Amino acid sequence: MGTTIIGVTYNGGVVLGADSRTSTGMYVANRASDKITQLTDNVYICRSGSAADSQIVSDYVRYFLHQHTIQLGQPATVKVAANLVRLVSYNNKNMLETGLIVGGWDKYEGGKIYAIPLGGTIIEQPFAIGGSGSTYLYGFFDQAWKEGMTKDEAEQLVVKAVSLAIARDGASGGVIRTVIINSEGVTRNFYPGDSLPLWHEELPPQNSLLELLHSSSPEPMNV
Amino acid sequence: MQRKVALKITTTLCTKNGCLDAGTIERVQSLAFLIPQAFVANTQRSLHWFLRLRSSSIFQVCVMSKAVVDVPPKGGFSFDLCRRNEMLSKKGVQTPPFRKTGTTIVGLVFQDGVILGADTRATEGPIVCDKNCEKIHYMAPNIYCCGAGTAADTEAVTDMVSSQLQLHRYHTGRESRVVTALTLLKSHLFSYQGYVQAALVLGGVDCTGPHLHTIYPHGSTDTLPFATMGSGSLAAMAVFESKYHEGLTREEGINLVSEAICSGIFNDLGSGSNVDVCVITKGHKEYLRNHQLPNPRTYVSAKGYSFPKPIEVLLTKVTPLKEKVEVIEGGDAMEE
Repeated sequence: MGTTIIGVTYNGGVVLGADSRTSTGMYVANRASDKITQLTDNVYICRSGSAADSQIVSDYVRYFLHQHTIQLGQPATVKVAANLVRLVSYNNKNMLETGLIVGGWDKYEGGKIYAIPLGGTIIEQPFAIGGSGSTYLYGFFDQAWKEGMTKDEAEQLVVKAVSLAIARDGASGGVIRTVIINSEGVTRNFYPGDSLPLWHEELPPQNSLLELLHSSSPEPMNV
Repeated sequence: MQRKVALKITTTLCTKNGCLDAGTIERVQSLAFLIPQAFVANTQRSLHWFLRLRSSSIFQVCVMSKAVVDVPPKGGFSFDLCRRNEMLSKKGVQTPPFRKTGTTIVGLVFQDGVILGADTRATEGPIVCDKNCEKIHYMAPNIYCCGAGTAADTEAVTDMVSSQLQLHRYHTGRESRVVTALTLLKSHLFSYQGYVQAALVLGGVDCTGPHLHTIYPHGSTDTLPFATMGSGSLAAMAVFESKYHEGLTREEGINLVSEAICSGIFNDLGSGSNVDVCVITKGHKEYLRNHQLPNPRTYVSAKGYSFPKPIEVLLTKVTPLKEKVEVIEGGDAMEE
């Protein structure tokens, strides 16, 4: 699963973003996958690396968190969720290959992002990036990130960043999915590939098969 | 005396297998002391057997001398033979060809449910060993699963999960759900770390609606409106990507599935022969075995074939076995 995953905090919550391409070698196995999975009502996790490993890890953590919520009697905090992910990742580090970003909102700490990369370290950050496409975003975030953004600014930043990574990374592509988590709840958004801005040397679609599909009688291609 | 023998055997074993880590040698030796006296007399073989039983993981650690973590002994699948096979193939020993289903398998969701499709060719290396095999496996009355990859693996894993689902139905008293089959399959495949080479397209209709999933050999799953797997998946996916749309009717769906499978049959060497289709809707399923036969046998020898004459049937007599249980109609209800 070559990927681009991003988690960003803003004043009032977090925005998680990811592309949607799952590749097996050179073939795109799923061009519309959902890499942001739910752990609890208020905590979501972005998955990268091996698809099987990341799915299994999030299934286990969702199960443990569910038990924990029942025992605690109130919604789990983001820190606890991230810690559980870290324990699973670290204790099975020889067998797993998955980088994860846990993000959510709870009433004690507000919006928080925790990055749990390959070895199982856990690091709390104001923003986190992961996956193969993230290598192209380090410089971008150094310049574009700032404290105390609004919800819309944060989401626009995430969408812009994922679309830049998609432009440069072969293993990322498809659509952009974002999840915004704050005190009011969770909002899922979807940005199809053709709605994204074009970057340097990217051409607008010309003579695309999409036009033939939408038109009633296909016309011969114009050179 | 026995202690010395045990020590000697373990150190020879360890150095033989390239275990250079002093800590692990000590651990193996300390285990050797647990060997009952009767065993030591019978040497290396019994020690080997004993160590494998008690500490298969330590034995593995011995072989992988670079491993840092001491893994406690666990039950479950032992991957020793997998490593041996890799080592053998590196040395040039060819693995025997096993029967694979080269394959094109597809599934799509249409307005009333799901349609699954598959070709019917099974290959053993370059040879077609079965020209008309069945790749759409029964999982539950409302769930079917197409399998690509090693034929034995797909058959075994679908049979196993199908019986687990039946037991679950008896236990819960409800119709099976597709996500149940999905979770059983994905956890089985994940625990075997991809060594069970079964790539599956699972589809069905349950009380929550129509579902279609793909399951990869390592245990990852995807949920999609249309899916293809197998060596012919690229050819079939090209057909789906250009012609699929939401809200297909039954006829359109069956035609699209047949077209995709035919595209795999004619453009992929690992797929061939006929098209099987299975239509699943709420409360009803239709298994269209050999829905299309686009590869008829065109050459028939002019001389004809003379097979040895079969034994003639002179008389057929059917004797039904007596029923031991007598069913009393309208009997009294059982008394408490």
